[in-house]
Amino acid sequence: MNTFQGETLSWHVLDGTIELTLDRAPCNEIGRSTLADLEKFIAALPSLQRDAHALIINSTRHEGFCAGADLRETYRVAQSLPKEERLAALRDFLERIHHVMNTLDEAPLTTIAAVHGVTFGGGFELALACDLIVADKMTRFCFPELRLGLIPGFGGIPRLKRDLGNAVVRDLLLTGRSINAAKAQSVGLVSQVTAEGDALRVARSTAAQLKKFDRNTAIAAKRFIKPIPYDELRKEIDMFCDLFMRPAVDAGLRKFVESTDALPYLP
Amino acid sequence: MNTIDQTTDEVLRLAAEHFKVQRDQLSPDDDFFKKLGINSLQALDLLTRIEQHFQIELPDYELQGVTDFRTLAQRIQSRL
Repeated sequence: MNTFQGETLSWHVLDGTIELTLDRAPCNEIGRSTLADLEKFIAALPSLQRDAHALIINSTRHEGFCAGADLRETYRVAQSLPKEERLAALRDFLERIHHVMNTLDEAPLTTIAAVHGVTFGGGFELALACDLIVADKMTRFCFPELRLGLIPGFGGIPRLKRDLGNAVVRDLLLTGRSINAAKAQSVGLVSQVTAEGDALRVARSTAAQLKKFDRNTAIAAKRFIKPIPYDELRKEIDMFCDLFMRPAVDAGLRKFVESTDALPYLP
Repeated sequence: MNTIDQTTDEVLRLAAEHFKVQRDQLSPDDDFFKKLGINSLQALDLLTRIEQHFQIELPDYELQGVTDFRTLAQRIQSRL
């Protein structure tokens, strides 16, 4: 299936590059529908990558790349379930999203996140699963989870630790502050910063460059320099589940859901 | 270094440009959320513009409770 149009995303192959485009209002929040579409993509990837050497993940939403987990859905589902079933549902969701992220992380092709605007929480984690991040200069990266009594749950901490210095990780995680694209580039997170609206064009140009290289060499290089931190990823799921069951998280999510603002946990 | 008045003026100009309103419609004591009709996400865009223009880092938590341009300019001034 070289092209696909789902409820929350689409993909196509163009000149040897797979383009996976997120498109769910308001800002590509990752809930069950997005997860299901991402799983379809992961299932199609072995076939798609036969005709492709690169993957670009981007967003059509003006607001940004992805605002992270769908917290309104998370709260609604949690409230609808008895406490003992709540944990099982959460763990199932986390296991599935981790499988998606791990598959993207180790995919035998070069992956590029072309990001703009809000790249928060799970959206930041999706970008971190990619090999390269190309960021529009208006991008903001943030792990706001501590503001809700949580930690990032889609593999963010182990991947950030793998890619950046621990002091930077602590800063982003413990303060929950957002940083702009220039700062993200200065700490080594972003490979290229572009003019507004140009991230996808630059990502395509980068993908075209990658096409010149021997595919097997690129795969070998990626495997050598980008280990998947499986043990820490597993610990993250356990820790997230422990934290999620506390009343503080209920209160944080309720506050979020009751607000009409776009990003109620800010500033 | 900018005076606080210069910084305030630059913030008003940046906000007017970004949100496409006339500069003279904005005053230092305006509540920018109400005056510009913006939400937290759009305020974040303004923060990025400010960081780029003044070449500073201004953590979003420093804007906790800040709603008017004058106080915003004071926060910026403390980073210049």
